[in-house]
Amino acid sequence: MSAFFALVVRDLRLAFRRKAEVLSGLFFFVVVAALFPLAIGPEPATLRHIGPGVLWIGALLASMLTLPRLFENDWRDGSLEHMVLSPHPLGLLVLGKITAHWLVAGLPLVALAPVLGLQFDLPPDALSMLALSLLLGTPVLSCIGAIGAALTLGVRGGGVLIALLVLPLCVPVLVFGAGAVEALGSGLGAQAHVSLLLAMLLPAVFFSPWACSAALRIALE
Amino acid sequence: MSQLQAIALSCERGGRPLFAPQSFTLGAGQAMQIEGDNGAGKTSLLRMVCGLAPTASGEVRWGGQAIAEVRTAFLRDLLYLGHHLGLKDDLSALENLQAASVLAGHAVDRESALQALHAQGLATRAHLPLRVLSQGQKRRVALARLLLSKACLWVLDEPFVALDPAAVHALQQVLHNHLEQGGLLLFTSHQSVNLGSAVVPWRLNA
Repeated sequence: MSAFFALVVRDLRLAFRRKAEVLSGLFFFVVVAALFPLAIGPEPATLRHIGPGVLWIGALLASMLTLPRLFENDWRDGSLEHMVLSPHPLGLLVLGKITAHWLVAGLPLVALAPVLGLQFDLPPDALSMLALSLLLGTPVLSCIGAIGAALTLGVRGGGVLIALLVLPLCVPVLVFGAGAVEALGSGLGAQAHVSLLLAMLLPAVFFSPWACSAALRIALE
Repeated sequence: MSQLQAIALSCERGGRPLFAPQSFTLGAGQAMQIEGDNGAGKTSLLRMVCGLAPTASGEVRWGGQAIAEVRTAFLRDLLYLGHHLGLKDDLSALENLQAASVLAGHAVDRESALQALHAQGLATRAHLPLRVLSQGQKRRVALARLLLSKACLWVLDEPFVALDPAAVHALQQVLHNHLEQGGLLLFTSHQSVNLGSAVVPWRLNA
């Protein structure tokens, strides 16, 4: 486990020394969420209706933005070779990298979303459900995205390819994430949606490091 | 116990065999210098020995067992230094060294890491981000791993590149000590290296 935490700390440290890369994703999220009310008009009922979906799509695309660099820097400077040649299980190390990615690129989205939700006139309970659904959903996006990043390592134009590979796989997360807020608003209760998000999170955390490890080993050959 | 065996290792690149099948045995206190022209497959051979690259045929054994079977034990005994140093430009030399040692399975404390950097002549550079160091200094940071390593098999790809004569001499001393203590060394270099009689030259021909 010490290697897991060491890798998380290292990646967080790297992220804080390269703030531009981290902030680009957050800035993108804020801009997208701010543009919608401007373009659609100030009708509160419409905004309230589209708000959860817009914020979820914004979060999804923002977390895609930082994905291509997840393994690429390590691959270029040889750190990835050292990870593969480490006596620690590669899956655990990969999980450390995914965790660091989520802490840097996913968690701030969760914190920002309720603030941005105010622009869409979302009521307080919808705002907290939005934050909860993102809290459960963004780690899944990081896990699925990491598989795409590992598979496209070293491929030219990898960024677009990741989006093509990963976005379709993220559809269920998007549906149930945005749906949770919707369901709460319509009085149905969001428990089923939250349970489904949780049910997606567990296998994603379990299988993604394993799939990434296999892809990374192939990329190094 | 620590014995590295390569049995009929061969490598293919683009469907063409890179070199004839290679078989060698390396025991405790022995060093082997792989020689060959550019593109002869020296790096590929080292990567196959480490298990980083797949073998077209043949097998690598550590202590008599295939490395795939004793993978964790083998990796714990292995230190590999390739063309890419595995260092982060945004981290300091000290942070790089500590992160690398955790990955290698033997975490070191700050004091011993600083000591290793001091021995590499980098005492005043230990806290600078690596991007401001020269190429040779970066290599010295990477080579500081050797001083901290508890691994007995060192696989080094061109360890003498970009080093000044004093650093070359110091590195030879480190390698010599490693062999004295019963370590194994497999390395490539285009220059002649003075490590005493322990070095077996190994020529790679197509």
